[in-house]
Amino acid sequence: MLHYILRRLLYFIPTLIAIYTLAFLLMHAAPGSPFAQEKDLPPEVLAAREAEYHLDQPLWKQYLLYARDLASLRGHTSMRYEDRNVIHDILAPALPVSLALGVLALGLAVVVGTAAGVASAARPRSALDYLAMAGAMIGISQPSFVIASLLMAVFAFSLRWLPVGGWGSPGQMVLPALALGALPAAYIARLVRTGMLEVLSADFIRTARAKGLAEWRVLLDHALPTAWLPVLGYLGPAAAAIFTGSFVVEKIFAIPGVGQHFIDSALHRDHPLILATVLLYAALLVVFNLAVDVGYAWLDPRIRYE
Amino acid sequence: MSDRQAIPPPTCPFAVARPALSPLRLAMRRFRRNRLALAGLVILAAVAAASLAGAAWDRIEAAAGRPQPYRTPLPGAHPQSPSLYHPFGTDTLGRDMLARTLVGGGVSLGVGLAAAVISIIIGTFWGVTSGYAGRGFDTVMMRIVDVLYGLPYILLVILLLVLFAEQTTAVRMVVLFMAIGAVSWLTMARVVRGQVLALRESEFVQAARAVGAGPGRIIRREVLPNLAGTILVCATLTVPLAILQESFLSFLGLGVPPPLASWGTLASDAIEALNPVQTYWWLLVFPCTFLGVTLLGLNFVGDGLRDAFDPRAR
Repeated sequence: MLHYILRRLLYFIPTLIAIYTLAFLLMHAAPGSPFAQEKDLPPEVLAAREAEYHLDQPLWKQYLLYARDLASLRGHTSMRYEDRNVIHDILAPALPVSLALGVLALGLAVVVGTAAGVASAARPRSALDYLAMAGAMIGISQPSFVIASLLMAVFAFSLRWLPVGGWGSPGQMVLPALALGALPAAYIARLVRTGMLEVLSADFIRTARAKGLAEWRVLLDHALPTAWLPVLGYLGPAAAAIFTGSFVVEKIFAIPGVGQHFIDSALHRDHPLILATVLLYAALLVVFNLAVDVGYAWLDPRIRYE
Repeated sequence: MSDRQAIPPPTCPFAVARPALSPLRLAMRRFRRNRLALAGLVILAAVAAASLAGAAWDRIEAAAGRPQPYRTPLPGAHPQSPSLYHPFGTDTLGRDMLARTLVGGGVSLGVGLAAAVISIIIGTFWGVTSGYAGRGFDTVMMRIVDVLYGLPYILLVILLLVLFAEQTTAVRMVVLFMAIGAVSWLTMARVVRGQVLALRESEFVQAARAVGAGPGRIIRREVLPNLAGTILVCATLTVPLAILQESFLSFLGLGVPPPLASWGTLASDAIEALNPVQTYWWLLVFPCTFLGVTLLGLNFVGDGLRDAFDPRAR
C-alpha cells in the first residue's frame, strides 16, 4: 500500500509538468501581448515591464524562470496588480475560501445524495421515490448557474431567508454550497438507489431480515456499505465537477475564491497568475484523486494495489 | 428427370423454430421493451426536428432576402411576454425567442454531436490500439490517459477560448467544438481498452488467429463489431455532458459568439436579465425546458442502451 502511494506520488510530477507546459504553450500561442491593452505606454516603460516578466527572454528561458518561481513557492508579482505576489497576496487568501466551499458542497452532496438514494430504494415506486428521482433529474439536467440563480431568486430575493452573496457568515455559505452540490448530489442519489436495489435482493439481506433485524438496521448497517462503493469511485469526477462549478458559483454569489482569479487572469493575460492558478487546481485535483483511490482500497477489501 | 421432387434439405433434429438472433438484434429487442428509453428517443427526435425546422425557417427567410428572425430586433418596447405572434416572447434586444431557442437548439445539439464524434474517433482508436498492442505500448498510452485525466481540463479550455476570443466567429466556433470534443475522449479510450483486453483473449479471436487472420482483419472483423454497443453507450452519455460544458462556458462569456445563440447563452442572458423587480420568466423558462428535456432524453436513451447491451449491469 505504501509502495502504491509512493508510486502515485511519483506520477504527480509528470502530471504537473504536463499541465504547466500546456498552459504555458497556450498562453504564448495566442496572438497579442499581455500589455497590448495599454496603448500609450512609452517604449522604455514597456520594455522595462516586459523585462520584469521575462518577456524579453527566449521562450524556453521564460518557461524555466516561471517554473522556478512556482516550484520554490516564491511566486512572482501579478501583471495586473504589480504590488501583489500571485502566491502570497492573491491565491493564499483565496484558497481557504474555495476549499471551504468545495468541502461543504461535496459533504452536502454526499449526505443529501445518500439519504435520497436510500429513501427511494427503501420504498421503490413510492411517492418519495418518484419525488427524490425527479429532484435528481433536475439536478442532472440543468446547468449549475441556472440552479444557483433560481436558489438566489427564491431564498434571497423572494423569501429573504438568506443573504444574496458574500462570504464569511454561515448563512452566506448555504446557497452556494447547495448550488454547487446539486449536480453531484443528483448523481450520488442515482448511484445509491441503483446499488441499494441490487444489494437488497442479495441473500445476506434476506438472512438479516430473517433474524429479525429492524428494517433501518438492514438498510443502513448491512446494505448501505456495499451499495455505497460506486459512490467512492464517483468522488473523483465529483470533485472535478465541483472545482469547475465553483467558477460560476463564486461569480454569482460574489465569493472571493480562486475561481474568480482564474477567469480574470485568463481575460487579462496575466501570465504569472494564470500559471499559478492552473497549477494550484491541478495539484488539488491530483491529491484528491489519490485520496479517493486510497480510501477505495481501504474500504473495499477486494481491491489490492500491488 | 423433371418430375423428380426436390430433396428437402437435411434438418437438424435439435433446431429451434426461430433462427438464432445476433447480439445486436437481442440488444435492440431489449431496448424496445424499455419504455423510458423509448420515451427518451421520441423526445430527442422531437427536439432535433424542431431544431431542424428552426434552421430551415432561418434559411428560408435569409434566401427570401428577409431579416433572419433569430438576429433581427423587432420594433417596439422589449422584452415582450409571449403572445400569439411571438409564442416564446422576445428578448431584451427585441429578438424573437422562438427563433432563438430553435437556432440555439441546433448549436447545442451540434456541440454534443461533435463531442460524441470526436470521442468516438480518438477514443476508439486510442483504446483499440492500446488494448490490442498490449505490453509497453499499452502502458505508455494508458499512462498518458491517466496523466490527462488528472488535468483540470476545463482550465485549458477556458484559456484556449479566452485567448481566441478576438478571432472571427468561424475560428471561435471551431475552437469551441474541438475543445469540448477534446475533453471527452478519455473515458471512451479507457472503456474501449478494457473491452479490447477482454475480447483479445476470447475464444473467437483465438480461433481467428489460429486460422491465420492478421491483426488488421481481427480488429475489423472480430473486435470492432463487438465494441459497437460499448462505443454507442459511451458516446450517447458523452452528448449531455458536452452540452452542459457548453452552457457552462457560455455563462463565463466563452460560448458561441453573438448574435448566434445556444441554449447555454440564452439561459445565461436570461440570468443576466433576472432582477428582483421584473421577472422576464419566458427568457429563462423556454431555453431551460428545452435543455432539460433534451438532457433527460439523452440520459434515458443512454441508460436504456447500457441496459440493453449489458443486461447484467442493471
